[in-house]
Amino acid sequence: MTAQTLLRGWRGYRAVMSARLREMLQYRTAAVAGMVTQVFWGLIHLMIYQAFYRSTATPQPMSLAETVDYIWLVQALLLLMPWRTDVEIQDMIRTGNVAFELAKPADLYTLWFARILGGRAAPMLLRFPLIYGMAALFFGLRLPASPAAAGAFVLSVLAAFLLSSAITTLMTISLMWTLAGDGVARLTATFASVLSGSIIPLPLFPGNLQRVLNLLPFRGLMDVPFRLYSGNIPLSAFPRELALQLAWALTLIVLGRVLLARGMRRLVVQGG
Amino acid sequence: MFDGLSLYGRYVAASIRSQMQYRASFIMLTLGHLVATGTEFLALWALFERFGHIAGWTLPEVALFYGLASVSFAISEGVARGFDMFAPMVKRGDFDRILLRPRSTILQIGASEVQLMRIGRFGQGLIVLLWSASALNVTWTLARILLLLWTLCCGAALFSGLFVLQATSAFWTTESLEVWNTLTYGGVETAKFPLSLYEDWFRKFFTYIIPLAAVTYFPALAILDKTDPLGTSRLFQSAIPLGGMVFLGVALLLWQVGVRHYHSTGS
Repeated sequence: MTAQTLLRGWRGYRAVMSARLREMLQYRTAAVAGMVTQVFWGLIHLMIYQAFYRSTATPQPMSLAETVDYIWLVQALLLLMPWRTDVEIQDMIRTGNVAFELAKPADLYTLWFARILGGRAAPMLLRFPLIYGMAALFFGLRLPASPAAAGAFVLSVLAAFLLSSAITTLMTISLMWTLAGDGVARLTATFASVLSGSIIPLPLFPGNLQRVLNLLPFRGLMDVPFRLYSGNIPLSAFPRELALQLAWALTLIVLGRVLLARGMRRLVVQGG
Repeated sequence: MFDGLSLYGRYVAASIRSQMQYRASFIMLTLGHLVATGTEFLALWALFERFGHIAGWTLPEVALFYGLASVSFAISEGVARGFDMFAPMVKRGDFDRILLRPRSTILQIGASEVQLMRIGRFGQGLIVLLWSASALNVTWTLARILLLLWTLCCGAALFSGLFVLQATSAFWTTESLEVWNTLTYGGVETAKFPLSLYEDWFRKFFTYIIPLAAVTYFPALAILDKTDPLGTSRLFQSAIPLGGMVFLGVALLLWQVGVRHYHSTGS
């Protein structure tokens, strides 16, 4: 492949991504409403953790201040979670229009991945600054532990973003087997929400469970970047954590490509 | 009345039959819901494992709140979820069709969206409630069991009332307002813990504006045989869940006002 064809390819995927991004930016009212709900959610959790920390004198693996940072970052970046499959791809698979996708002069996996990436970047860009700002101004979210921690946090969030898109793409591809139902996808989303730390911060789980959690890809979605932010994970561990996040993303991308190729081989499209 | 009930039954049966068309997916979804709510409780257990108690409340005690909130919310989802999905109906103009039918709008909307997979939440809430009942150090007299059932009914009425209010607001806004989720889903989340843990303004809001305390905190005190720092009597604690029913009544009245105000979008 020459440099020119590569460049042309990239332009195509970039166009798909940015079209999806602009489409999602249209839903501003929904974003504001969703944000209010999330701030409320964060407040409930804030008050409950404060009550929990008041009830014990034993030092915990995470201080209350670190936990407060963590729960607000969960709300501000909630859309990092692989919540649901791409609705339009889901429709295409159900109706058989997915055949048209094959006619496009582009690599199908990259096309879907770009779509999913763009579709989730927009709402995140809308919500993050608003929720972050409110939490930082009024509800006890601190600034990053240090400028270096801030840098590590940003890089780690970007890696989490790739990882999350890889999981979502995989979930979407699974629809080729279950057709109308998105049961597998929802089940994955459920597990991801607990195992990533979005329900309770992972360091607060019992010690032996931690060992299992460390073996799974999901902590790379939230736990890793949020603890880097507050300094709960020291900067010295950052290169290793980032490498782990990227390795998981890569593994899931390869798995997605293999499954997609299989799914396409067994695809039967009705004419008419 | 009987006629209405049998019609409701038919709606539910039709809804269930349509969902059973994708059987594998349905089983996965139900399982998903059960697991989702189940892992949530597991997370709660993990917190108690670490902290021991929350402001003096033990895990079985909090589990009672959790179970009460989950089960009553699941019941309200069963009977009134159609109201949760109502706004798009106004937008599409589909409500006109409902108005043409010679039956109560409340019945038709309520039964329009019975989701069977919600049984997952109900099942899990029930398991937590039963576990809490056995782990708690209280004797289950008939009076106590009746109080529990009464609380569940009133709680379901309160949440249904919130769904009805949410739908009613769509008559004026046409758009569906996600902000209502703060009160419905946020309400269940709030009710899973004793209200005394929250800050003052928050507690007051869920006591006087939305009478959530009436269907969770006060009756739970009576069931647990705890003394209320506010000094309310047992009689008050047992009678106050009625507030949930009153709330639903007011919501249904407002719904009728909304129906009269309704202008079709004309599409």
